[in-house]
Parts: sequence; C-alpha cells; structure tokens
Amino acid sequence: MKTHALFACAAAIALAGCSTTGSGGKTASASSADWTAPVGEDGNAPFPSTYKPYPGRPTALVGATVYDGRGGRIDNGTVLFRDGKVAAIGDAPLSTEGYDIIDGSGKFVTPGVIDIHSHLGDYPTPSVEAHSDGNEATSPMTPEVWAEHSVWPQDPGFTRALANGGVTSLQILPGSANLTGGRSVTLKNVASRTVQGMKFPGAPYGMKMACGENPKRVYGGKGRMPSTRMGNFAVNRQMWLDAQAYDGKKRDLGKETLKGVLDGEILVHNHCYRADEMALVMDMAKEMGYKVTAFHHAVEAYKIGDLLRENDVCSAIWADWYGFKMEAYDGILENAAFLQREGACVVIHSDDANGIQRLNQEAAKAQAAGHRVGIDIPDAEVVGWFTYNAAKAMGIGDMTGSLEPGKMADVVLWNGDPLSVYSRPEKVWVDGALMFDAMDRKRRPVSDFELGQPGEGDVK
Amino acid sequence: MKRALTIAASLVALASTAPAMAQDVAITNATVATGDGSEPIEGATVIVRGGKVVAAGAGVAVPAGVQVMDGSGAWVTPGLFATVTSLGLWDVGAVSESNDTRAGDSPFSAALDVAPIVNPSSQHILVHRSAGITRAATVTLPSGSIFGGQGAMIDLGADPDAVNRPRAFQIVALGEYGGRLAGGSRAATHALLRNALREAGSYGEDARIPGRSTRGDIRTGDDMPIDPRMTGRDTDRADDVLLTRFDAAALVPVVRGEQPLYVYVERASDIRSTLALTREFPKLDLVLVGASEGWLVASEIAAAGVPVIADGLDDLPQNFEELGSTQSNIGRMVKAGVRVAINAAAMENPRNLNQYAGNLVALTRIPGADGLSWGQAFAAISSVPAAISGMGGKAGVLAPGAMGDLVIWDGDPLEVGSVPVKVFIDGVEQPLDSHQSRLRERYRDLDLSDLPKAYDW
Repeated sequence: MKTHALFACAAAIALAGCSTTGSGGKTASASSADWTAPVGEDGNAPFPSTYKPYPGRPTALVGATVYDGRGGRIDNGTVLFRDGKVAAIGDAPLSTEGYDIIDGSGKFVTPGVIDIHSHLGDYPTPSVEAHSDGNEATSPMTPEVWAEHSVWPQDPGFTRALANGGVTSLQILPGSANLTGGRSVTLKNVASRTVQGMKFPGAPYGMKMACGENPKRVYGGKGRMPSTRMGNFAVNRQMWLDAQAYDGKKRDLGKETLKGVLDGEILVHNHCYRADEMALVMDMAKEMGYKVTAFHHAVEAYKIGDLLRENDVCSAIWADWYGFKMEAYDGILENAAFLQREGACVVIHSDDANGIQRLNQEAAKAQAAGHRVGIDIPDAEVVGWFTYNAAKAMGIGDMTGSLEPGKMADVVLWNGDPLSVYSRPEKVWVDGALMFDAMDRKRRPVSDFELGQPGEGDVK
Repeated sequence: MKRALTIAASLVALASTAPAMAQDVAITNATVATGDGSEPIEGATVIVRGGKVVAAGAGVAVPAGVQVMDGSGAWVTPGLFATVTSLGLWDVGAVSESNDTRAGDSPFSAALDVAPIVNPSSQHILVHRSAGITRAATVTLPSGSIFGGQGAMIDLGADPDAVNRPRAFQIVALGEYGGRLAGGSRAATHALLRNALREAGSYGEDARIPGRSTRGDIRTGDDMPIDPRMTGRDTDRADDVLLTRFDAAALVPVVRGEQPLYVYVERASDIRSTLALTREFPKLDLVLVGASEGWLVASEIAAAGVPVIADGLDDLPQNFEELGSTQSNIGRMVKAGVRVAINAAAMENPRNLNQYAGNLVALTRIPGADGLSWGQAFAAISSVPAAISGMGGKAGVLAPGAMGDLVIWDGDPLEVGSVPVKVFIDGVEQPLDSHQSRLRERYRDLDLSDLPKAYDW
C-alpha cells in the first residue's frame, strides 16, 4: 500500500524557434476522415486537433535490435523514417542513402510507448485541490463531460513520461467515481500551449465507464443511487435505454456521446476489477448493443481469459498492483501471462504519473511471472503490450504503435534492452521529430510550471 | 462457536507439527552479493550455521557436515530490509476495519505502539517474504497528530514472533502534511514539536510522576523497554500540557536520544529546519524520511551525520515541497556522503524495492544524472536500511555473525522479473506460498470439464 502521497534544463523545445513546418510538417490526418465524430451544429467536430508534427531529419537507426511492436524482431536491424513516417524497416543491407545515420549498436528500437490509461493533465502535478479535475463526481452518469476540457498541458508529468518512459501517445481518461465518466482524449505527447495542440489527429474518442466499488461508494456515500453493485447495473442499463431512444433532434451532450458508443464510433474503456463483474458488463453490452473495447485495471482478468478472448475485449492491467482495495484482493503477477495463454489481448497500463515512466519494466515483470509457470512469451510480443496492443485498443493502431512503412514515426531508441531495469530511452521521436535526447540536455521539454523552480531542466 | 474454536486450535496444532529449525547450509558456485556496498562476487560460497552467517565470499571452504546446495546460475544475497512500511498492519487498504495504519480518531499519538498488533499471518507479510524481504520497519502513520507513534522492527518469518524490536523509533510528520495535521501551518508543527519535546524532557520532574527511564540499566541495543512512567498511575500534571500522559512518556526516549526520531520531510528548507532541531535538543537521533529535495542540501545532511530513508524515484513536483525532486536525488546524496536507504513507502508495494534500486543503477548511464553502482544500490535496500534500523552488521549483510537471512534468486536481484527461489530467515527455510500463489496454481488452466474451480485446491 503506497503511503507515499501523504508524506510523502532545457528550453521549451528547441524547435519552437523553427517557424517553418518544413517537409516534416505533413500531418497524420489522413485517416481522420475515416471516422466521423459526433459534430457540432456547424457540422464540424468541436475542439479540433491543431497538432502538427515538428520538423524532423530523415533518420536511419542502424545496427540495433528492433522490435516492431507486432511481434517482429530484427537483430542488427535498420529503421528508416522521413517526413514524419516510417519509410522502411529491415535488416542491415537496407540502403540508408539520404538519411542521417544513428549507430544503434548494442541498443534497441521500439515503437513509441503508448499508455492507454493516464490521468496526466486532468490530475496533474502539483496535485493540489485546485488541479483536481479528473472526476465530475456530482452525478453517477456524466457522459457529457470531456476529459480534454480538464487537461492542463503544462502538467510536468507529460515531460517525465516522454523522457523516462518513451511515451509518445496516451489516452487521458476521466476518473472512476462515475459509472459513466465521460469522454477520454488521446494525445500526442508533444508539449503544447493548448490541449488541441496535443490531440492525436484522427484518434477516435473513448468513453470511460466504471463498475464495482468506486461508483457505489461515491454515490452511496451521498445517499444516492447507486449504493450497490446491482444499483450500478440498474443505473447503467436505464442510461443505455434512454440513449437508444435519443432521436438527435435537440442537441444533448451526454446523449451524443452515448449515441457515438452505440454507433461504434466511440470506444468504451471500462474500469473493472472483478471477473464476475466483467462477465456481467459484457452481457450488458450485448443487451444494449455496444461493445467494450477494454477493461481497465482488470486484476481478475486471468480468471476469464477465455471469455475475454471470445468477446474480443482487451485487458489493460498493471503488472503487480494488488490488495489496496477489496476488488483488487486477487491480483496476481501471472495475470498478463494467463491472458496471453488464452489468446486474449493484453495491454500494460499505468494509471499513474510515476508508473507511466516504467511501462516497459512492468511488462517485463509480467513476462517473467509467465516464464516461471511455463508460459514463455517472446520479448517481441511483450513489447507489443505497451505499444501496438495499446494503440489498437485506442483505435489508433492503423496510425501508430508499430514500426511499419507509412505509419507515424513514433520511435524510441533505448540504450539497452527495454525489458531490462538497466535501460532507458536515449532518444524519442514523435512523428519523426526528435522530442527527447538524453545526450543533449536542451532536447527535453520543461513545462511553464517548472521555469525558475528548483531543478529546472534537471534530468529528473 | 466453541466447536469452531476447537477446530481452529487443532489446525494451529497441525500447522506447527513440523517445527521450523535452523539449518546448517552452504550454497556454492553462486553469484554472491554481500550487501555491504561491494560488487557481486561470482563463484562464491555462503555458509550459515546455527542460524547465523559463518562466511560469505570466494574461496570459502565448506565444513564437513554442512548440507551443500549448488548455486550455479543463482544469486545469493542477504534478505532485503524494507523501511518504512506498514507490513502486518493491514489486510486491504480500502477496507478500513482491516487497516490499522491510521488512528486519527484516537486521543493518542506518540504513544501508539504497533508491537502488539503486527499480524505475522498477514498476506502482505507472506507476499513480501516470497519477494525476498526478510525484515522491515513497520509503523502507524501520523494522522491525528504530527506524531505517528512507535514503530517496530519485524522479521517476515513464518512464525508467531514477528517483532524483533518493539518501540524502535518514533515518527513525526513535518512539512506540508505535518502542517495540516498540526492545525494548518508549518509553524504549528514546530510549536507542537518543541512543546512536546520540552514536555517530554521535563516529564517526571515537573509533573512529579515517579519513575525513571530504565535505559541506563538496560542498554543491550536490542530492546526498547517501556518507560516505567507509562505504567505509573499518577496523572497529576502541570496544566499547560498538550500531550496525554502516555504520549509525553513515549517521547521521553526520543528527547533523550535513546529512540530515533524519523522525520517525514521533503523540502530543502524543511530539512534544514529539522537538522537545526539538534541545537535545541542536542540528543535527538534524527532520521529523515522522504527528503525529495535532499540533494539540494546534501552536504548539510552529510555534515550532520543524519541518515536518510529517501523516496527512490520521485521526480515530479507532487506538491510544492517537492519541486526539486529528481530520480538523481539518492545518487547525489550518496555522492555527498549521506547514508541513504530507499524508502519502501514511496512505491506501490515494498516488493518493488529491488526494481527501484535497479533503476538507480540505470541512471549511471544517463548524462547529467546521478545514480548508484550496483553494490551501492543493493546496499540501499539491505545493509543501509538495516543499519539505520539499529541492526547494522546483523541484518542486510552476509558477514560472519550476521543473522542467517539468505535469499537465493533466479537471477540478478535488481533486474525486473527476478524472484527468490529460496528464502531463509535466521537460518530457517521459509515457505513462499500465499493467497497469490494459491490463485496462481488454481488458474494455471481454465479447465472446468470435471468440477468447478472451487474444487481445485
């Protein structure tokens, strides 16, 4: 049980001086047209992304061990990217003409790390009450709230996730006080003055839901429904029935979100710990005509790996959290490995501003636990737990999460095996732009909040 | 009910039919880390006899009659020492009736003593034993007052005697958290602390309560007896007091320097103010806990000779007293000559201690960062916390005469994923099972063809 909370550099992006967008300025918005978000009265999606990739150099990473994020591994590989996109990936003979060559000997390359479950920005540091913007805990159903309206882009946590965790994309979710907590937002981990400047172009929205202890505790404690697990389900089911009846004639923010879910355009990310409860939620989804994309926290997912596979639902999990609440009592280290054994989808998530800096290590712990019970999962597949699988469950798997030609050049060069505690990101590119370099003290973001404070620009 | 009790009693009897005995054992051909800050030794031998370490290192001959285990491919280390923890004090964090870590509604604070309430059968003790932690400091958290109470040193052995040293230290929160507890300001923490220490310093004389400390008589270093005044009946004390008689009595050994005072403090200026306390109370035996901005005042901490139980990987401005936090904090303090243990409270669970130590090693490869060598990092979770806990040379090290706490690992113990394959405490091989291992065995498959999973045990 963590008791810690109780007691417990460099210029803002050297690139800011470059006014030209250059040839690297091509955005990844091509696929945004594939998805139609619920729109405003003017027919446009509100709060549109203004993110533009920063300029990058055509870069060849040569001689490293490359994990492509989809289970592929190339020893002594070459990764080429230019104009913000992966150009090619292969073995040593690949031509690097026209590329800046970076020697990756002894090093490793993976896709950018992706965290499917973060509250950076909506529960930023310093974690003072004035910053507590993650739970609209005034009603058990708040599908009308959007996490992006709470995100503080100056949260120093984004910078740590980039520099220490190699995180290039992340989903910011509302908290779990509510049965239906509102829309999530997917961000590029690139510092910006505005949240729109971080929004991942073309990423679908998610909707946060929560079952179990939190909603019934929060609202039962206020003398309101729900105060029980059966109350949780009753409130949820009625919400879906009401949403199904929505005719769209009069704008209703909450119903628009729920309609987006029923239409399959908004992905459900459901906080849920217990196996029996996940099984009930999957049946509720069938009854009401929506799909759960991922159960988050899912400490008991290992008990129903078969059901999760059959229902095509991912489990976004920690490696070793357990015991902090009743519904986390049965957490075991083998959760990920047992899911993998059943062919179910595994995503390693953080839900934590510190944990997001070590998703690779969490995955390695879960891998080792599997090995001890005879489930050997290759390193290349384990890397997928915090890259491609996360991207897929966030609906951005066709744009990022793996090193494949044409996809966003979101890339981490690690100074060693990413599944070792002794390795760190050495360089991190987002859309082909170098956003962090451990070897260049100025190539790290420092939030407005940290300017002039003790340790400004420190390695952190 | 009576019948149930009888059954329970017979189960206990059954469980204790195989008395745990200290074994004489030698492990050879292993990679041995002694915990003293030195680097691991390959092809080394560790010998434990009569519950104590006899020898550890290369070129050690195994005496006749000692059972030999081949440690090829394995690592052998002393048991990890976790400080500060709440091990044995709770079952489920959010289930308040199972959680004894806070007593905010109690009239007592400094007098709170965990010694009688540590549960050696706690699942967290079982889980952490199987993670290679053999000893720990455990304590209630400051909640009703800036004083958290008296912590104990425990072992994680599978026996009823968890508490090695009761009342081993007192804990107090200063800084932001202490300020909230004291009434809303850091100024209130300092007034409260000084008042409390002065009351304790004059306790007995002013209040004319009979009795005196027995510390002069019993100074074994292994025990912290109850001050006899806590057993007195005279409650007639001066009017101007803020502490209960028990709380004041509990602080007597603190003000006399007989019981270390652990101070939760983060900000550089708060650390300085804490160090300055010894000008007024010269005998205080201070230990800093947290100390996220310790690196900014590292030379002053070193000069004061005060050890630190530091948050290992904090690098966010979690609040305004941690603006300067960095993962390089520990590396920089150690470089300045401070004795630093990694704080087991500043992570999800104490079983992440070795991962945190490994991360500090990783920092040595990052320009501008300060980390620890492997040996230093391992010491920060073994010998250093043991020494801070008053068990220097006895726990957290593989040295002749040290307690026979051994862990045999399946790989580099600082690497993520390495786990113990055998754990010995005082030379006794420990069971490594728990609720978690039982669940693991039950769900090795999802085969329900014959019977429900409930029959699989």
